[in-house]
Amino acid sequence: MRKKLFGLTLAAMTALAGVTHAQEEKKVTVGVSIPAADHGWTAGVVFHAERVAKLLMERNPGLNVIVKTSPDPASQANAVQDLETQGIDALVILPTDPDPLVNAIKEVRGKGTFVALVDRAPSVNDNSVRDLYVAGNNPALGQVAGEYIKATTPEAEVVVIRGLPIPIDQQRQDGFDKGIEGSNVKVLDRQYGNWNRDDAFKVMQDYLTKYPKIDVVWCQDDDMAVGVLQAIEQAKRTDIQYIVAGAGSKEMIKKVMDGDKMVPVDVLYPPAMIGTALEMTVANFYGQVPVRGVYTIDATLVTKDNAKDFYFPDSPF
Amino acid sequence: MSVNQESSQQAIRRRRWRDIDLRAVAPFVALALLLLVGALVNPNFISINNLANVATRSAFIAIIAVGATFVISSGDLDLSVGAMVAFIASLMILFMNSGVIADPVLMLLAAILFTIVAGALCGLTNGLITTVGKIEPFIATLGTMGIYRGLTTWLSQGGAITLKEPQLQEMYRPAYFGTILGVPVPIVVILAVTAVAAFILYRTRYGRHVVAVGSNRDVARYSGISVNRVRTVAFVIQGLCVAAAVLLYVPRLGSTSATTGILWELQAITAVVVGGTALKGGAGRVWGTICGAFILELVGNIMLLSNFISEYLIGAIQGAIIIIAMLVQRSLVRKS
Repeated sequence: MRKKLFGLTLAAMTALAGVTHAQEEKKVTVGVSIPAADHGWTAGVVFHAERVAKLLMERNPGLNVIVKTSPDPASQANAVQDLETQGIDALVILPTDPDPLVNAIKEVRGKGTFVALVDRAPSVNDNSVRDLYVAGNNPALGQVAGEYIKATTPEAEVVVIRGLPIPIDQQRQDGFDKGIEGSNVKVLDRQYGNWNRDDAFKVMQDYLTKYPKIDVVWCQDDDMAVGVLQAIEQAKRTDIQYIVAGAGSKEMIKKVMDGDKMVPVDVLYPPAMIGTALEMTVANFYGQVPVRGVYTIDATLVTKDNAKDFYFPDSPF
Repeated sequence: MSVNQESSQQAIRRRRWRDIDLRAVAPFVALALLLLVGALVNPNFISINNLANVATRSAFIAIIAVGATFVISSGDLDLSVGAMVAFIASLMILFMNSGVIADPVLMLLAAILFTIVAGALCGLTNGLITTVGKIEPFIATLGTMGIYRGLTTWLSQGGAITLKEPQLQEMYRPAYFGTILGVPVPIVVILAVTAVAAFILYRTRYGRHVVAVGSNRDVARYSGISVNRVRTVAFVIQGLCVAAAVLLYVPRLGSTSATTGILWELQAITAVVVGGTALKGGAGRVWGTICGAFILELVGNIMLLSNFISEYLIGAIQGAIIIIAMLVQRSLVRKS
């Protein structure tokens, strides 16, 4: 009897505690450190960081999210330090360049701060550096494009426009080769377009001069796709059946949504992944759900049917 | 007697050869050599279509470089032109998107006027900072480069600024993609801009002052030339040329981004130097500059059309070709 009573009081007490707990609104401060908007994709990152921060603060009244942008690793290291002095419970960081920032991140984490790392991983990327790692999938971005081309046009002659000579680009190329493996899809040429509209325009113009027949263009990036489409239109060539780009800019997603014949699909490498990391970090504090680990975002194939899920007309990207 | 006559005729012929400034001809020789190499690399290269493409897209750098010829001849340097292109093009698109004027034709005309004024003002800013502020042009324009680039990034919020009005876009598109008597509009514009620039540089008092100021500032000052005015006007001419390039750039993609015009300043300076203008000032060769811009664009084109050059090596070979082109020029000049 006494035991029962004791149990009841205990239950009542915990219930009460729960109520007061909710009333005093758990205070959590999250610092978000991201690269400054210097091109389309990072502009998207800034947009989505601010968008999701606002959403989360409305949902959790005790939450405070501080978003800081930095143009280079040195100033980002300072920004991380500034955030730390303001007293943060969690840091969500998309490093401009991961390796030079490892020490700054470890410093913060050493004080018991929850660290979520986004997209760009340092060479040693284990739980000594971060609690959560949210990443896009570069090999898959190439592979999904390759598989789509293999499935739609198995005999296609394809020209490829690469980005810049850095590892991310190589991973995408390797993924693409894996995607078209075992088919008759033939890669005619690969040249760098520097992820830049004007350079992609030039490269495409030269491809059109060099090859009398091109079936498909894989240019892996929505910014470059703008230049590619313009070059094709100017040359009035009708042999090109379609192009495949990637990232998920509003311009290209809109074309997919509208059923543009030249842009039937887009492959996702969403800047909104910063929002994913932010949501999961906040869930760690308010929902008390386990989030530590590695979360890789699929390179989703955006088609006419699902395009509206990835369309952000207000985003700069 | 007859022998004498022959030798005197030879002398005349020799003198005629000497009259041709080989330094001015050299870039064109380099260009001819490149055309030959290109034709050997890929038979499509020599097609009118390809050459027209290359000439057309060299328009931006060529027109900017014509302005740079003035600035460099007068002994200055402008590093801000690439960022200026991005900035002015963004302003122009934003102006057209603002819809202040309802009638599309008037709107386009107003936008063109707006762009020219903006270009002149940007150039004037550079000029005044270097002359009135007495700051080395390298540093002054490095500063304005940061300012123009930063403002562009801010205007676009890091993303892209795109022309919204489809009617305007349709009407403006021929400015890049159209032709006049079968010649692409940008090529006509290059020739027109260069002809005007050549007239100013070679046939007017201002042109002679530019060269005088560039070769020796003190001597020019003692000769009664207003050095600062000449230098400032050169920067304004540069700004106007940037505006002209923008007028061709905007109709091509109808949008700008934070990466528009990156490193164009270096390409423009390279075009000027490859064209035979001395980087230390005192001599300007406008037609050579155009030739230089065309050479730069051709090199990239040939690389891409060839089947035997790895895409990883393009930068290295481009660099080598520019140096070889310069060496060809030097050797020609020495022979004379």
